[in-house]
Amino acid sequence: MIKAILIFNNHGKPQLSKVYQPYSEDTQQQIIRETFHLVFKRDENVCNFLEGGLLIGGSDNKLIYRHYATLYFVFCVDSSESELGILDLIQVFVETLDKCFENVCELDLIFHVDKVHNILAEMVMGGMVLETNMNEIVTQIDAQNKLEKSEAGLAGAPARAVSAVKNMNLPEIPRNINIGDISIKVPNLPSFK
Amino acid sequence: MSDIVEKTLTALPGLFLQNQSASGPAAAKASFSSRLGGLVRGITALTSKHEEEKLIQQELSNLKATVSAPTTTLKMMKECMVRLIYCEMLGYDASFGYIHAIKLAQQGNLLEKRVGYLAVSLFLHESHELLLLLVNTVVKDLQSTNLVEVCMALTIVSQIFPREMIPAVLPLIEDKLQHSKEIIRRKAVLALYKFYLIAPNQVQHIHIKFRKALCDRDVGVMAASLHIYLRMIKENSSAYKDLTGSFVTILKQVVGGKLPVDFNYHSVPAPWLQIQLLRILGLLGKDDQRTSELMYDVLDESLRRAELNHNVTYAILFECVHTVYSIYPKSELLEKAAKCIGKFVLSPKINLKYLGLKALTYVIQQDPTLALQHQMTIIECLDHPDPIIKREVLGEYSYLLDKETPEEVITKLYKLLRSDSISSETKAWIIAAVTKLTPQAHSSNIVERLIQEFTTSLDTCLRQHAFELKHLHENVKFMKGLLPVDKSCEDMVVDASLSFLDGFVAEELSQGAAPYKPHHQRQEEKLSQEKVLSFEPYGLSFSSSGFSGRQSPAGISLGSDISGNSTETGLKETNSLKLEGIKKLWGKEGYLPKKESKTGDETEALPVPQENIIMENVDQIITKNDQSQALTQSKEEKEKQLLASSLFVGLGSESTINLLGKADTLSHKFRRKSKVKETKNGQTTTAQNMTCSSFSSSSNVAYEEDYYLDHLQDRGDKEVKKFSLNSELLDSESLTELPLVEKISNCRLSTPSLFADNNMEVFHPPQSTAASVANEVSLAVSLLEETTEHMHSDLIEVCNNETISVSSYKIWKDECLLMVWSVFNKSASELKSANLEIAPAENFKITEQPGCCLPVIEAESTKNFQYSVQMEKPFTEGNLSGFINYQVMDTHSVQLEFSVNLSLLDFIRPLKISTEDFGKLWLSFANDVKQNVKMSESQAALPSTLKALQQELRLHVVDIIGNEGLLACQLLPSIPCLLHFRVHGDMLALWFRSSCSTLPDYLLYQCQKVRAWIDPQVPVPIPCFHPGLTRAFKAECFVSVFLSSRCKKHGKSGGDLVSKDSESPGHLCIVYPKTQS
Repeated sequence: MIKAILIFNNHGKPQLSKVYQPYSEDTQQQIIRETFHLVFKRDENVCNFLEGGLLIGGSDNKLIYRHYATLYFVFCVDSSESELGILDLIQVFVETLDKCFENVCELDLIFHVDKVHNILAEMVMGGMVLETNMNEIVTQIDAQNKLEKSEAGLAGAPARAVSAVKNMNLPEIPRNINIGDISIKVPNLPSFK
Repeated sequence: MSDIVEKTLTALPGLFLQNQSASGPAAAKASFSSRLGGLVRGITALTSKHEEEKLIQQELSNLKATVSAPTTTLKMMKECMVRLIYCEMLGYDASFGYIHAIKLAQQGNLLEKRVGYLAVSLFLHESHELLLLLVNTVVKDLQSTNLVEVCMALTIVSQIFPREMIPAVLPLIEDKLQHSKEIIRRKAVLALYKFYLIAPNQVQHIHIKFRKALCDRDVGVMAASLHIYLRMIKENSSAYKDLTGSFVTILKQVVGGKLPVDFNYHSVPAPWLQIQLLRILGLLGKDDQRTSELMYDVLDESLRRAELNHNVTYAILFECVHTVYSIYPKSELLEKAAKCIGKFVLSPKINLKYLGLKALTYVIQQDPTLALQHQMTIIECLDHPDPIIKREVLGEYSYLLDKETPEEVITKLYKLLRSDSISSETKAWIIAAVTKLTPQAHSSNIVERLIQEFTTSLDTCLRQHAFELKHLHENVKFMKGLLPVDKSCEDMVVDASLSFLDGFVAEELSQGAAPYKPHHQRQEEKLSQEKVLSFEPYGLSFSSSGFSGRQSPAGISLGSDISGNSTETGLKETNSLKLEGIKKLWGKEGYLPKKESKTGDETEALPVPQENIIMENVDQIITKNDQSQALTQSKEEKEKQLLASSLFVGLGSESTINLLGKADTLSHKFRRKSKVKETKNGQTTTAQNMTCSSFSSSSNVAYEEDYYLDHLQDRGDKEVKKFSLNSELLDSESLTELPLVEKISNCRLSTPSLFADNNMEVFHPPQSTAASVANEVSLAVSLLEETTEHMHSDLIEVCNNETISVSSYKIWKDECLLMVWSVFNKSASELKSANLEIAPAENFKITEQPGCCLPVIEAESTKNFQYSVQMEKPFTEGNLSGFINYQVMDTHSVQLEFSVNLSLLDFIRPLKISTEDFGKLWLSFANDVKQNVKMSESQAALPSTLKALQQELRLHVVDIIGNEGLLACQLLPSIPCLLHFRVHGDMLALWFRSSCSTLPDYLLYQCQKVRAWIDPQVPVPIPCFHPGLTRAFKAECFVSVFLSSRCKKHGKSGGDLVSKDSESPGHLCIVYPKTQS
């Protein structure tokens, strides 16, 4: 079983923390700190496994981590998980993030923390590995987004118009705003002249 | 026309916003989305924890206002939640938002609901009362026709769900097992598994449904059900033997590539599924020949099919090997598995090597020859940079014993020890290994040689281990009893939580002792309240007068560290034992029940034999050895005694005589080491000082611990060392053995700053006994002692009033400037809440020395406040100001301000290098300053000049060759400066070189100043500046050099300083009375 999944950057600032065990706030923070402490000082050329997260539940547990550019992905698991299996699971997770965010970077994780959690929820559910197939995960995420959109329907249109506007730089006011079913065509400037 | 267009365009976004909702101004919302971005950017730009806290608190109060405002829309709420999630993740309390998260999950549309659920799952824990409010929402969503809603509900259920509410949703989730969508079925299975974990008896009736899930037409659902089966089979494998066939069939299909291609990962069919199945088979086939026979084929197939092309195939292979060795053995398969292990061990990939070694440890139990095959690799691994690998490797040695005699193994280990390529850390482990092998060896020549060699090792750890071995070796009989020859190969079980100490700790706590704070917590507190010392225990201990039931908090923190922090300690301990596990004493089954009985009844004295020894802590055994009755005493009792004795030393007035005796022996050794001179003081003072010193040695334990924690963090054997250190220090109270004491002082020497601190501590006026001993004496003592250790300045009074007098002096320690403020309470009453604070200064880093926070100053006594000062950027003259405040008779508080001057010179230290090094360094420095000065006859002799410089400026005279002198010094922390003096006729050529551009200039003036001071004939130097210097720096230099030298020399005020703006503005010129330059 997976006990916790942590992502932090090279400075030890957590970017995502998801625990699958009832830990108190303080304990969680301690886990993050100590995990970072343990992982951070390991060289690049040592193995990716560490035995026993200090707090996370005893000698039965191991930390499995990968370091990508500025981010550490750490999975804390118990003995029922395979080290190498988890190592590849991290890879799957990162590749999935990469697919969903198109060249994922640290900022994506912070700014879309809810999306990252949703992706994670499709992979790991309540500490159990739910899905390991990257395409399947992406499909699920897409399908959910689609459903949300269609459910939002007309009522949601203005909201999405706003978000469409927001996503552009305001100085270049949109020419073509596509709001789902009703699309408002803003006439091209030349035609006005 | 274009105007209209522009207007239309600018109006558009506003229109949309108004459309979206009538309530709330549009502008507020537009800024809303970027708030998280702003927050994140703000936080990443910050440098200190303190600033971050301020920012987040502000953010949180904003959020609090927003979420509780009635005008806040759900959409805004969603944004708020995301920000709250971020704040919570950083560790700040956002509990005011919990209820809103639940509301959002209840009321929002899909997108908002999702964020609401997410926030709930991140904020709340299983027993949170607010969770009950969510149950209805979950029930509603489970019944929804919208798949996404159902999925969200299932996800939240599997993450957190109140146990008592399971019946409310159970039937709904069971229904979902028949859902047409496989994703729903899959999530339902996992949700049920979660229920099984938290409340197994509530889902007993649906075991049949689990079976159905196992046979689901969808592979994903089947895979999900394997989680359940793995768990249940682990608990009770015999109940599921009938399923072996099914699992084998499934695995066969998977391995045979019968699954759809999209289950492939790097062209390996469903690797995670295979791993899961192999684990299950391993559990089923354990010690069961009939069941095992069913799986031989498929295991063989798996081993054969796993082509080594990707990391994940190794994962499968590793599981396969594990399974082959767990089930009823089949020689053919074992052989293949052994070959696979070879691939792992020999792999250049470090992860695989690690797993290979891990596999070896359990494989060797069945097949020691395999270890022999890989012996070379194992030995090579000993030198591996990764400590985790090393740890595994040492474990292997225990199994080599089956084939070789202990002597041979010891010889091998000894050879390893001798080789220079091994780090001392590894060597320490090897000695530990040898220790465990020794009782089985018949001849002990090598062991003796080893002891001889390593008891004189420079490495403290190594020496410690060697001493352990030595003492054990001296009492072979006892050693054999302790490390029995019985070769049970299971890890020794340790009462990791040290639960037997719980009662003791509780007792201490109830008597008002401070609760233990883990290291990081203390550090954090220290950071957060920079000024106030976090090492409160020390303050307490010094203030507690007499023996009023207050124990030494330092001692307490040691005690509760052991038990209070049980998880942490426990873990490390188990680790360390695993790695050291050369000789294992008892298996899990054999030991655990005993442990429980022990925890229940801790005071009971138990007979000592092996099963009672909880820790394999050799030091403690030494103690036992030395005390004849120890063998009849339980380990726990023993430890308690040690702890207790350490706690009361220095405080218990009844035991003064006893203490004096002990302390004296201890101090004796100390004196030898630290060359303490006890000349002036009467017998009482000496004794008291000693009491203090012995006390401080026990308080030192806390430091040592932290120190070791910091430095050995991921070393597995840390715990063992830590413990042995502790006990050593504790033992020192009762043991007068030379080696132990030597070790203690050694520990201290190895951590210079600690040593220094404690050195100061030693001379604190004793609290518990006669406080009336003249304070001046103790102060004089402290000054005197420091002199022998470091150079120090005179004691200068910085401020005073009718009650107190504050004096300060500087101690030029090797690594920093230690400022000591001595506060003398002149009044006849005690002062409360005394607090001395130093204002942060621009150029300095000021650190309060631990152990000097003294809330109470007794009548007519002196307290020292120490601050270590480090220079952050070069300057010439600086000022440290601060204040002291205190309370008189609990009524009014008084504050006194003072300031102290510091100069760059305070940070100059001798640099002790050889002439050769001087030559090398000289060539490597770029900054170069030369000056010729005329010398008067009176100082023509070079040596005397140099000597004066050495004394005044704390330079190091490297060498004097004929008419040339070489000196070296460094500016703390580590900027070297080299000086070359050459006498040529009546000219003295000064030549400075350094890596720092300002230093040579500064030193040149200082040298001239010294010369001016020793010889009135020498004019006050006029600085000639390095072109790179700033004007301000030059001016400062100028003034300081001039004023100080003249004042000192003539004992009167210096000349007038005039600024002449003729050529260059700011250029300074001095006009002074007599001599001119």
